[in-house]
Amino acid sequence: MLESKIPSGPIEKKWEKARFDFKLVNPANRRKHSVIIVGSGLAGAAAAASLAQQGYRVDCFCFQDSPRRAHSIAAQGGINAAKNYRNDGDSIFRLFYDTVKGGDFRAREGNVYRLAQLSVNIIDQCVAQGVPFAREYGGLLDTRSFGGVQVSRTFYARGQTGQQLLLGAYQALEEQEAAGSVKMHSRSEMLDLVLVNGKARGIITRNLVTGAIDSYAADVVVLATGGYGNVFYLSTNAKGSNATAIWRAHRRGALFGNPCFTQIHPTCIPVSSEHQSKLTLMSESLRNDGRVWVPKKQGDTRPPSQIPEDERDYYLERRYPSFGNLVPRDVASRAAKEVCDELRGVGPGGQGVYLDFADAIRRMGEAQVREKYGNLFDMYEEITGENAYKVPMRIYPAVHYTMGGLWVDYNLMSTIPGLFVAGEANFSDHGANRLGASALMQGLADGYFILPYSLPNYIASSPLEKVDTSHPAFAATKEEVSRRVATMVNVRGKRSVDSFHKELGKMMWENCGMARSEQGLKSNLEKIPALREEFWKNVNIVGTGEELNQSLEKAGRVADFLELGELMCLDALQRRESCGGHFRVESQTPEGEALRDDEHFSYVSAWEWKGEGGQWELHKEPLTFEYVHLAQRSYK
Amino acid sequence: MNLTLKIWRQQNAKASGAFVTYQVQGVTPDMSFLEMLDLLNENLQAKAEPPVAFEHDCREGICGACGFLINGVAHGGRRGTTVCQLSMRFFKDGDSVTLEPWRARAFPVLRDLAVDRSPFDRIIQAGGFITAPTGGAPEANNILVPKDSAETAFDAAACIGCGACVAACPNAAAMLFTAAKVTHLNSLPQGQPQRDRRTLSMVAAMTNEIFGSCTNHGECEAVCPKKIPIEFIGKMNRDLIHATLHHRGD
Amino acid sequence: MTESAETQQHPVAGNRFVAIWTSVIGKKVVMAVTGAVLILFVIAHMVGNLKIFSGQEEINAYSRFLREVGWPELGYGQLLWLVRIVLLVCAVLHITAAVQLTRMNWRALPVGYENRKDVETTWGAVTMRWGGLLLAVFIVFHLLHFTGGLVGFQSGQFEHLMVYQNVVAGFSVLPISLFYIVAMGALCLHLDHGIWSMFQTLGWVTVQNTKSIRTFSRLVAIIIFVGFISVPISVLAGWLR
Repeated sequence: MLESKIPSGPIEKKWEKARFDFKLVNPANRRKHSVIIVGSGLAGAAAAASLAQQGYRVDCFCFQDSPRRAHSIAAQGGINAAKNYRNDGDSIFRLFYDTVKGGDFRAREGNVYRLAQLSVNIIDQCVAQGVPFAREYGGLLDTRSFGGVQVSRTFYARGQTGQQLLLGAYQALEEQEAAGSVKMHSRSEMLDLVLVNGKARGIITRNLVTGAIDSYAADVVVLATGGYGNVFYLSTNAKGSNATAIWRAHRRGALFGNPCFTQIHPTCIPVSSEHQSKLTLMSESLRNDGRVWVPKKQGDTRPPSQIPEDERDYYLERRYPSFGNLVPRDVASRAAKEVCDELRGVGPGGQGVYLDFADAIRRMGEAQVREKYGNLFDMYEEITGENAYKVPMRIYPAVHYTMGGLWVDYNLMSTIPGLFVAGEANFSDHGANRLGASALMQGLADGYFILPYSLPNYIASSPLEKVDTSHPAFAATKEEVSRRVATMVNVRGKRSVDSFHKELGKMMWENCGMARSEQGLKSNLEKIPALREEFWKNVNIVGTGEELNQSLEKAGRVADFLELGELMCLDALQRRESCGGHFRVESQTPEGEALRDDEHFSYVSAWEWKGEGGQWELHKEPLTFEYVHLAQRSYK
Repeated sequence: MNLTLKIWRQQNAKASGAFVTYQVQGVTPDMSFLEMLDLLNENLQAKAEPPVAFEHDCREGICGACGFLINGVAHGGRRGTTVCQLSMRFFKDGDSVTLEPWRARAFPVLRDLAVDRSPFDRIIQAGGFITAPTGGAPEANNILVPKDSAETAFDAAACIGCGACVAACPNAAAMLFTAAKVTHLNSLPQGQPQRDRRTLSMVAAMTNEIFGSCTNHGECEAVCPKKIPIEFIGKMNRDLIHATLHHRGD
Repeated sequence: MTESAETQQHPVAGNRFVAIWTSVIGKKVVMAVTGAVLILFVIAHMVGNLKIFSGQEEINAYSRFLREVGWPELGYGQLLWLVRIVLLVCAVLHITAAVQLTRMNWRALPVGYENRKDVETTWGAVTMRWGGLLLAVFIVFHLLHFTGGLVGFQSGQFEHLMVYQNVVAGFSVLPISLFYIVAMGALCLHLDHGIWSMFQTLGWVTVQNTKSIRTFSRLVAIIIFVGFISVPISVLAGWLR
């Protein structure tokens, strides 16, 4: 069932071989073929624009009011590319190696190597589009080192790289819309996938302004709908980010890969109260100069300035003397959780650690700190009302990215023929942990350079009978969707959608977050179905389905999270090893570090939906490593 | 703290709207403005009243989805801040706060505080791009971009398309939005081949979407969450005149 | 929300000067350029007025000079008429563009706000339209008054080319002097925003020079205001008689 379709041959020739083996579609015939793309972020917009340029008829959907609002826009740090402009020893192989190792050996070598190869083309493409990357005085592109990496391979546009890359793709998309090759459907949310003879042939959407349930048919469907970090309620994701498209596809037969692999980012502003709706990321670059510490004493409520040096625990520097404050994201996050669990956390609720710039200010002066991080300090002050030049920042880890997603083969096709999945929505390239500045790279590689080859190959090599929305499969699926919406609206219970979402999020954060234990996961597996049952009996949605109804939109998404959350716990339970962002307390070294178990768990878990009520079947795609040698990560 | 909110309620684009006054209790200073509205909406729904519709997504000031007038000023009046980043620390117990949607003929209200900003997409469609079909790009460092051009381009490209400039403008003009994109692309070497055509088409599209024209009040700049300066409007004007006099047509 | 096909703007249609006039920004540029011509005239006019403080002979001679200048290539008063025609054309274009743009702006914002606060807007910007209208009314009156001698004088009081006597007699009427001073106030506000606007519309303002241009604009407006009102005030105070 799980055929990864990685081409044979040496790793550096695989993508070339695949492209040569792909079948082509005659330019004159492309207009006859239609593609549905759901999601307009980096992967979706890039794919839509590129396929439209080739001549396919593209319909692109997003739930926001404009494709420019996709959450790719919020990525701050930068985008990696193996250009080796700095002459500092970078290469495609090194980027590949770092990514496989950073992902803790749970990604496919073939995919990752291709990603590293394409990284180079992405920068060329984006520069040609007018993305205003940072420049040297000579006019050449500037790069920086990011996330503790030894080479400077990260291209950036101030702290808004994601925004600028997205606008580049968005502009290309709008150009194609003006040319009539893309039809954009904004404020439309995909609520189901339509299969005809086992192939993905269309989608059912809800118009978020009028509530109309519509059907769209095409030869191919692409899902580029982002990650599902909002299962945790609080995350750095946008409020609207959701799993509905991939979840509906999963229920129609697409396998879900590595659902439990979640990235928790160590430097976010801590939760301040029950009313908090969203967590704000502070750039990882702050760890280059800030020192992380907590008081040595439990429950120490003195203000930080009154805690003398010898009563402070600079725990990252203590535990990881060689990497110190620059340990990878998963390690830093877990360490913060541990000190807070020891009741040494700071700030409201004890859920925070200090990120202190006092030494940096002493060393290089306040002016230089301001120049480097001024915008971040301002943002911090705007949100917390605290001046980080005077008192240390408080930070705490937050859910940031989901490495898991729909399982796809090398060609980005899911287990449903004709259903492709791109960007964060698929499980592909990051293994168990994503390196900084790699998400933008993957989204754009998928959209600009992989789908435009692999998708035409599918069109050229599959018999595609003529199907339009008059096919009975559309009517049947549409009926199911309408019924589900109506059922949800008509519950008219007592509890708000948010209250369910918060309860689920809390459970997930406590037992399926930074540390996962058999006991905690099992308790979640009991509680989540009960909560789901209550949701369908007691949710309160005011208004109707035939109007702009934001509670209804949220409710649909939360209903899906209530199923996905269960699968994440199930996946976390079966993976009795620690790897990357997945830390099982039962699998650690005597010093409390993550312990991988390659003998038993060197595989991708791919879950098949087997019906309502928590029934799934686990499939395993074994992972083998020919080029990067399996090793335990160490940052001591 | 307790607040009195006077909010524009309108069921859909065709309905007529009106201000409705609500009391919201238990607001804490660490909440964001939108979290305060979340609280109001929870209370409204508990009483089976329809919650207030407002646009929002990233809640970190970059997606551009949120925005309405708070006490008469777009995004609430803190410089360089979107509504979603506005903290309740800046309000006091007993304050009375008026919330009104963006108003412009080009931005019809869809519901309550949510408006239709699709004209912005159509202005971009008219020419807010550099034609660079995927795959044909030259090696990135073959295009040298002087640092100050890159900086100007970035300052302009920082626009998040929230629409506050139109909302604050006494003429509902979209000049700052259009100028930001024109300046971004026209400042770069890659943008030169399409420079004249871009400027002409985007200005024409802006007019066709029935936005007003600039009277140099500077309200747009004052409320812009990305602090885009109105000097870019002047740059666009120059580019337009140059294009009008020199463009060879199609 | 687009209009029917015939009102659609096309990027470049036919003659390039027509094209400028048909675009919104083109109209603004027309306002800026004609405004600049009018400002230069206003400055020259003010400098001329100030000659009154040099005495009767001087200013009356200046008045004759304006008509004789250009001789022998041009006949008596021809250059003056040429200037008057240019000014008239500028004023007409300036006002037409203003009216058209204003109507366009009103169309763009059919529903006002219940409550919208200005953050940056100056008095000059706010009074642009109504102050401009007042100025138009004033100019008509002013031409009938001092140029034509058709209003504001008792019969036989106004004498062609006897500028000094006409000014003293004209400004001795208190309501006329007050109207004049109010109109100059409107002009001052109009220029405070207008001069800055002209630079901004033409794209000469940069982030670096914006403050200086605003100050310059205000300074010129104030100088013009003081220069013009010094005459009626001096008449009313009895310094000029």
